[in-house]
Amino acid sequence: MNLPKGREAFEPKRPGSKDVAWCPGCGNFGIRNILISALTELGLRPSQVAIISGIGQAAKMPHYINANGYHTLHGRAIPIATGVKVANPELTVIAEGGDGDMYAEGGNHLLHAIRRNPGITVLIHDNQIYGLTKGQASPTTMKGMKTPTQPWGVFEEPFNVIALAIALDASFVARTFMGYFRESVEIIKKAIEHKGLAIVDIFHPCVSFNKVNTYAWYREHTYWMDDHDPYDREAAFKRAIETDPLPLGVFYINEKPTFEELVPAYKRDKTPLWKREPKVEEIKKILDIKRRL
Amino acid sequence: MVEFQEDLSVVLGGAAGQGIQTVEEILTRTLKFSGYNVYANKEYMSRVRGGINTTEIRVSSKRVRAFVKKIDILIPFKRGVLPWVKDRISESTVVIGEKENVEEEFLEKIHFIEVPLTKMALDVGSQLYLNTIAAGIVVGIFRGELSAVEEYLKERFGSKGKNVVQKNIEAAKKGYELGLKLLKEGAVKVEVQRKEKARNEILLSGAEAVALGALAGGMNFLSFYPMSPSTGVAVFAAQHAEDFGIVVEQAEDEISAINMALGAWYAGVRAMVTTSGGGFALMTEALSLAGMAENPIVIHLAQRPGPATGLPTRTMQGDLNLALHAGHGDFPRIILAPGNIEEAFYLSAKAFNLADRYQVPVIILTDQYLVDTYYNLPELELDKVKVEKHIVEAKPGYRRYELTGDGISPRAIPGYGEDVVVANGNEHDEWGDITEDAELTVRMQEKRAIRKLKTIKKNAPLPRLIGGEDAKYIIVAWGSTLHIVEEAIEKLGRDDVALLHFSWLYPLNPEAKKFFEGKTIIAVELNITGQFAELLRREFGIEAHHRVLKYDGRPFSVEEILGALKGVIE
Repeated sequence: MNLPKGREAFEPKRPGSKDVAWCPGCGNFGIRNILISALTELGLRPSQVAIISGIGQAAKMPHYINANGYHTLHGRAIPIATGVKVANPELTVIAEGGDGDMYAEGGNHLLHAIRRNPGITVLIHDNQIYGLTKGQASPTTMKGMKTPTQPWGVFEEPFNVIALAIALDASFVARTFMGYFRESVEIIKKAIEHKGLAIVDIFHPCVSFNKVNTYAWYREHTYWMDDHDPYDREAAFKRAIETDPLPLGVFYINEKPTFEELVPAYKRDKTPLWKREPKVEEIKKILDIKRRL
Repeated sequence: MVEFQEDLSVVLGGAAGQGIQTVEEILTRTLKFSGYNVYANKEYMSRVRGGINTTEIRVSSKRVRAFVKKIDILIPFKRGVLPWVKDRISESTVVIGEKENVEEEFLEKIHFIEVPLTKMALDVGSQLYLNTIAAGIVVGIFRGELSAVEEYLKERFGSKGKNVVQKNIEAAKKGYELGLKLLKEGAVKVEVQRKEKARNEILLSGAEAVALGALAGGMNFLSFYPMSPSTGVAVFAAQHAEDFGIVVEQAEDEISAINMALGAWYAGVRAMVTTSGGGFALMTEALSLAGMAENPIVIHLAQRPGPATGLPTRTMQGDLNLALHAGHGDFPRIILAPGNIEEAFYLSAKAFNLADRYQVPVIILTDQYLVDTYYNLPELELDKVKVEKHIVEAKPGYRRYELTGDGISPRAIPGYGEDVVVANGNEHDEWGDITEDAELTVRMQEKRAIRKLKTIKKNAPLPRLIGGEDAKYIIVAWGSTLHIVEEAIEKLGRDDVALLHFSWLYPLNPEAKKFFEGKTIIAVELNITGQFAELLRREFGIEAHHRVLKYDGRPFSVEEILGALKGVIE
């Protein structure tokens, strides 16, 4: 049996992937198409890609794209993806989830992933609301928005992940709006090709529960950074704290060694961990030392 | 004069940071090298400096592997040590040290041999040499090999320069000569036969055995968040990470640690996490994911007393229930509890084959007592360890959760084979995609919680019966109490008492029930409720007739078990 090639290869044929759980008009469809295009244009095969997701509507992506996938727990996609990448650095590893997944439950992991810098791409479907649990505020919900669980209006400061990531000297930081297809494909391609941890915050509307941040709202309240140098951290930070309109594009690139490059295991030997056999000789050496004084 | 024969317990006590560990190392290594069987175990406080920590070193002509309460020779390095161990001191205890470190009220109860440790150290050049002098005295009393002490000091202090080595050797010699003098003058008499065999045996701790076993079992990824008493395994693995070509990662928390390990297994690596009760509690969410996604994982859980922070540096067998019930929903798991250092090695290695084969969490349940214990042991047979891999290639049409008769689906990994592997923490179909189909849910629940569990049970090894099959009394013990109970039974000297020791705790092979029929069952456990006895009741409907329980954070001693058995049996 020959498996299909090109874009077609990423279209799942499994029976369970037919029943798509996303609402009609959901921004997740757009992100799915963008991601498939990016993977295809990079010349990747489904078996070379692993999409690790958390929980939520965004996290259902592994079922709607034909690639290796692991649909895991809320907030835990990043550590799992880190484990996958270090086990097999030959894989293209994508951690995917929503704003609750990555910024609330998974917040601590995101911070430490920036420090650790594994060569994974983190795609955050940021619709500024909790969709699957029916409309509670998320860490990126704008101040003042009223929700069933914040009927008084959200008063917490929204999470500025871009500024935070740049402050932590992250390796690659970008933001896009899925309504801009071609630009988004290019950004995600760059993120995947980037050697270290790449964070892409992807705006997308929740047509069912976020009546404020609509397709039109994102178009009106964002702009592309055409004259920005992503290697200039200070300039990147200045852009990151702009609030309205919100800048889109690659904010910051900081090329540095990755986790997989730095761990002693890969210093002398590039064989992926999973292919290695136990070193019985080393155990014998240790036992001999323990036999002596 | 006090005379000791064949089996002595030497206890050193002092503040954290006073260098007791150095003395312990010199003694265990050089006495073993001199041909004695040695055993050591420590108890320490959860603090960096001060307090009182003690180490027990048993020196014997026979193999010794159990904690005893009695103290034959005590060396206090500060005031407060004697009151701390007062219930372990008897009239035959010999205390060697400086008068200022022995409280008045004890002078009448013990044999005190005053030695001017501080003065001797200052004569060598500094107070710093006091420990080495003390070690020298003990080695002298045992007529150990001074050359071994010298060799050891060269190794130990070599990096600090020639002068430090020379001064330490001088200090050891001074102590050694004093030890010989004490023997000659008849202040103390020690008669322990040497066994040439012990000389070349391996001196290994429980923590090292777990780490080495894991490495032998093919572990190539270890993630952890530091927590006593589990950290020793990570320290050992980290120090050898480069030589073994493995990844050892200190995660931001236990949640991250176990999830990284799950990711590594998903991608084909043999991964382990090492933690203790509180850390394991944080891992239970991911344990449930491992159950649903049928993602293998090996967890080393070194128990310490809880709840919450409990007694961070002490010991208990109190987390069996946690290991049994952690995680939401029903899914199988395997719980192993090594009884000694050899088992810590072999079972840690085996854990990886089990996880790989059954695709379930495998929990290695040790405790502070076991990880901090060490003794000399004969060969570890590396040939006995076989790495059995169960990974298949993802050929076109691969289904991660294919329904099979024994409940075990062939596990492929990403990047090996042309097709893809979809794993899922949601209820899923055979391909790994989400399902809410009622009938499929039933089949998947049964696959995991019934069929797979049955397969594991059927293949589970039986407990080890030490003693006669027709013994009237069966002492049921699990994990690290093995040799303590064994020695107590030996001392009890009755043919009608046998030990049934479990190092495979769950799931129990139904055949194990036969060991209990018609017996008087005495459960021995280091916890307040008798957690394993409760498990036996639940699994087999077996009721322990007596429970010998201890829960003060200290290990059982041979004497305590012996006393309790006498109370029950006689």
